[in-house]
Amino acid sequence: MKEAEIRRLFAANLLCVFSIILTAVVPPFFWDGFTVLGTHLAWLCICSVCVSTLNIILHLVLKPNLSPKRSSFAHKISRFLKCCIYFFMSCILFHAIIVLYGAPLIESVTETFLFAVLLSTFTTLQCLCMLGPNIQAWIRVFSKNGATSIWESSLQITTMCSILGAWFGAFPIPLDWDRPWQVWPISCSLGATFGYMAGLIIAPLWIHWNRKQLTYKSR
Amino acid sequence: PPWERQSLPPGSCWAPQRFSKAVLVIIDALRFEFARFNPANASLLPYENKLSFLHHLATSQPRHARLYRFRADPPTATMQRIKGLTTGSLPTFIDVGSNFATYAIQEDNLLAQLVQNGRRVVFMGDDTWEGLFPKKFFRSYFFPSFNVKDLHTVDDGILQHLYPTVDSGEWDVLIAHFLGVDHCGHKHGPDHPEMAKKLTQMNEMLRSLVDHLGNDTLLLVAGDHGMTETGDHGGDSEKEVNAALFVYSKTPLFGTGPPEEPEAVPQVNLVPTVALLLGVPIPYSNIGEVMAELFSGDGDTVSAALQQLSVYHINAKQVDRFLHSYSLVAQALPAEQLQRLQELFSSAVEEHTQLLAQVQGATLVPPELESRLGSLISRFQLYLREARAVCTQSWARFHPLRMVGGCSLIAASCLLCYVASELAASSDSFYRSCLLYPLLWGLVVAGLLRQRLRAWLGLAFPMGILLFRCGAMFSDSFVVAEARVAPFLLVSLVMLLVGKLHWDGRLTVPEGPKQQLLGFSSYRREIWYLLCLVAVLLVCVRLSGFFHQCREEIPQCRPSLFLSPLASLRNTRAKNLFYLLCVALLAGLVYAVRSWLRHYGNLNSSDPLVLFVRWGFPLVVLCIACYWAVASSADDSLGKLQELVQVAVVAFPWAVYGLASVGLLLLLCNPMTVFAKDTRESAGSIVTPYLGVPSSEVDFLHVIPQIYKRMQESQKSRLERGSCRATVAAYGLGSVYSAALVIALTLLGFLLMLLHSERLSFAFLLLFLEAFVLLHIHTHARGLAGDAEPFSVPWYAVISWLLAASQFFYSTGHQPIFPAIHWNAAFVGFHLDHSTNLLPAALVGANTFSSHILFAVSCPLLLLWPFVCEMPSSQKRKPKKEPREELQEVEEHMMEMRLRESPEKFSTALLQLGLKYLFVLGTQV
Repeated sequence: MKEAEIRRLFAANLLCVFSIILTAVVPPFFWDGFTVLGTHLAWLCICSVCVSTLNIILHLVLKPNLSPKRSSFAHKISRFLKCCIYFFMSCILFHAIIVLYGAPLIESVTETFLFAVLLSTFTTLQCLCMLGPNIQAWIRVFSKNGATSIWESSLQITTMCSILGAWFGAFPIPLDWDRPWQVWPISCSLGATFGYMAGLIIAPLWIHWNRKQLTYKSR
Repeated sequence: PPWERQSLPPGSCWAPQRFSKAVLVIIDALRFEFARFNPANASLLPYENKLSFLHHLATSQPRHARLYRFRADPPTATMQRIKGLTTGSLPTFIDVGSNFATYAIQEDNLLAQLVQNGRRVVFMGDDTWEGLFPKKFFRSYFFPSFNVKDLHTVDDGILQHLYPTVDSGEWDVLIAHFLGVDHCGHKHGPDHPEMAKKLTQMNEMLRSLVDHLGNDTLLLVAGDHGMTETGDHGGDSEKEVNAALFVYSKTPLFGTGPPEEPEAVPQVNLVPTVALLLGVPIPYSNIGEVMAELFSGDGDTVSAALQQLSVYHINAKQVDRFLHSYSLVAQALPAEQLQRLQELFSSAVEEHTQLLAQVQGATLVPPELESRLGSLISRFQLYLREARAVCTQSWARFHPLRMVGGCSLIAASCLLCYVASELAASSDSFYRSCLLYPLLWGLVVAGLLRQRLRAWLGLAFPMGILLFRCGAMFSDSFVVAEARVAPFLLVSLVMLLVGKLHWDGRLTVPEGPKQQLLGFSSYRREIWYLLCLVAVLLVCVRLSGFFHQCREEIPQCRPSLFLSPLASLRNTRAKNLFYLLCVALLAGLVYAVRSWLRHYGNLNSSDPLVLFVRWGFPLVVLCIACYWAVASSADDSLGKLQELVQVAVVAFPWAVYGLASVGLLLLLCNPMTVFAKDTRESAGSIVTPYLGVPSSEVDFLHVIPQIYKRMQESQKSRLERGSCRATVAAYGLGSVYSAALVIALTLLGFLLMLLHSERLSFAFLLLFLEAFVLLHIHTHARGLAGDAEPFSVPWYAVISWLLAASQFFYSTGHQPIFPAIHWNAAFVGFHLDHSTNLLPAALVGANTFSSHILFAVSCPLLLLWPFVCEMPSSQKRKPKKEPREELQEVEEHMMEMRLRESPEKFSTALLQLGLKYLFVLGTQV
């Protein structure tokens, strides 16, 4: 059972990684002059949209958190709206934090905001898919021994990796190499993306290697 | 020393004298843009198109006058430039430090040559020259140069003596060094109406000076360096090195008209040019290249070229001789380059002799002769330029061995501090034995390494941040960007701390198993408080970034507007508004400190210190406010009150110094601000007043074991010491130490604010706020994490403290580069020249390291603050020997204090290393 689930997780995560690679490779066929670095804002949009759609689809197909009780349509709608509000709030929050970390306040607001959207896609959206608009559950998952399934462990790992990647992405900015990717926010968004991809790949492997130690409490 | 040129055959090292007299007008900080005149320019900045007379001369007499870009070598400090302008050699960076203590130039120089050849040199202006050339002048009028706020003393003094001296004719070379433009830049910046006035004055001066000059006189108007947009200089940015040079004589100088765009000449080129024009030998150590176009004279092209060739020849010979003897003494110049230069020189000289022979034999026809002359001149030029390039490279060099030595010294001392702190924490006696047998230390370290490996894993994250900070020092890009790196790391550290607390589940209330099953957790109430503190910290850090200074490495950077003094503001309303804000801020700070002290039960007694806090603090604020008011007023707006202002400018800072030192003395004599009461009989019955609200029960639970422990300890010590001791009950003991520290900090803060420009007091407010918030975060994090050791400060707190210190080094408008030093601080409270260099150095040093000073002094608060904050939440029965008890505790942990200071030293030392490294790098580029 567990092995099969890990395999499912691995497949889903690989799909995510593959989709991110596709967002960099496919658009040039339709759009002349598209490059990840050159038209970075467009890529940010495409990547955010692709990853979020894929995540939502995967969530609907795989149903990692089986909710036993059937809920009404109105309830679903309100849940969805709540999710949207949460996502938007997380974008704003990320934007504020990024600015407080030293991003320019007035110039390149669009860049900063799209970067915040990307980060939200990699972190908040996952949580929303997995846990729903339930802050209490989020708090539980992001603490030691808080995960109750391999899906939640994977969530922990990918979220942390994305944020760490974004953090490390800030390091090359002051260097005087004059590379195109040192421009704000390219290095950070690339760092977040690579961190996310690394997290997606690491998570199933880590769970596989530690499957003996990982004992999830049943709900 | 000059060599015996007299013995050489004439014509080899002497050129025929072209001018019998010369006037060298040095206008300090005359940037090229100041001298340039653009008639088409409609929207004028205050400094543009003000020297119209130079333009008039250059256009009406194109063969008599010419404007040049005068490229100064860094460092662009006045004394180094004077040296460069007289010796013609390159400065070394070590010289910058001796800007205050000018010592006589030992090398051969232009003035020495002139005096040796019997010329009468008259000097007037900047008294820096007095120290550089003692007893060289035939007559001299020195004026004090050190006070950069004084715009007029030097210039008016020169103008008083200039024309009578010129008319009297008792001179051969006259040097006038005007300082007004430079001082105006320092005080108001270039973009200010005062600068326009000053430049107009210079223009009028030049106009009347030219009227007084004779036909045999050469006039040189030169800036020794430029200035940045803020009016500073010292570095190697384009605006600082780009000065102006203007050459004029009443007889034609140039063979052709001026080029479209003024030519750029290195500053050292002036030395051989002036020497040969005046008919004296070129100074021995000159590496400048003669400005040949001034030697073309009236004749045809061939004779002009021949004359230029002869001066080039003399110049090249002198440079060759210098390089040769220099390479014999010091092996600094690379041998293969020297060899190449030697070959270049000898081939050119050989061809020169051949050519001269052919000219004398008249075997050459003019066109061919001209081309050969031209090619030979360019070969000499090539030689001179390459020689200069080689010298520039070799004189600015790294000392890798010394750098490695410095690094390892720092690393070793850091390691020592670390080991000492760890040992002190583990056991006191163990540490002492180690001190006695230093030889054992290596073994101990090895043993400790194994033992502590586990503990280190827990330290990984603060240490990781520290490692990043360290590593950043070894990359020049990160050193340049350090002003942004430090806050980034600080914010990351605090966020990580909160994240870790959350991850460990410290922030959530431990619930019953049933709740956990449902997956619900609820936060403690303090979490909101903690989050608010973190938010405030983040905002503080971000806001402090607005007070940045710029480095010349980042040309598009604009320094913060808050750095300039209020005097430079032109808008009166804005000036008044900022002034009121600053004063309100000072008053608010005093109010906050007083209410904090009162909150913790201080300030109830009538000790002198308490009285000082009550009445002295407002007085200090009043004095500072008055000083700012006087200092920021415009120069000429006060009219008759001028003399009063002069007194006030000195008196108010002295009042602040006096009051602050009285306060600190009082603090040293009797640091108790608590209300003490002698209660020999009723010992133990006094209860400290209830001072606050218990924040929560959880907190309360955490506190009780500690109270119990302390009581137990104190009882024990009382039993040991005997019971017949005089006992004293005191109120508000929890803040005995911290109250004294806070008072000291406030006083220091006032002093340092006085040394900074007015509007930087906002940065100081942020500093105090951020320190306060950091202390609270630290206290809460400790409370939540429930650490066992009450008397040790965790690493993250120390590191965040230091990061904040280095962050505010930048946020108080500093950068580890020379042009960013606030020299104005040396004149707070001193109107005229300093008699010693010690005091200004101390003032400038205090200004530069103000944030480090404040954070270092407040470092013990990291240890004390948790105790202070516990107090309100506990109705505590204070044992009377508490102070002594706590003192003992603190004394036991003296080593930790030392440890906490060690990263401080570490970062400052690294900072200095980064500074030196960058400076050397700056010269190379």
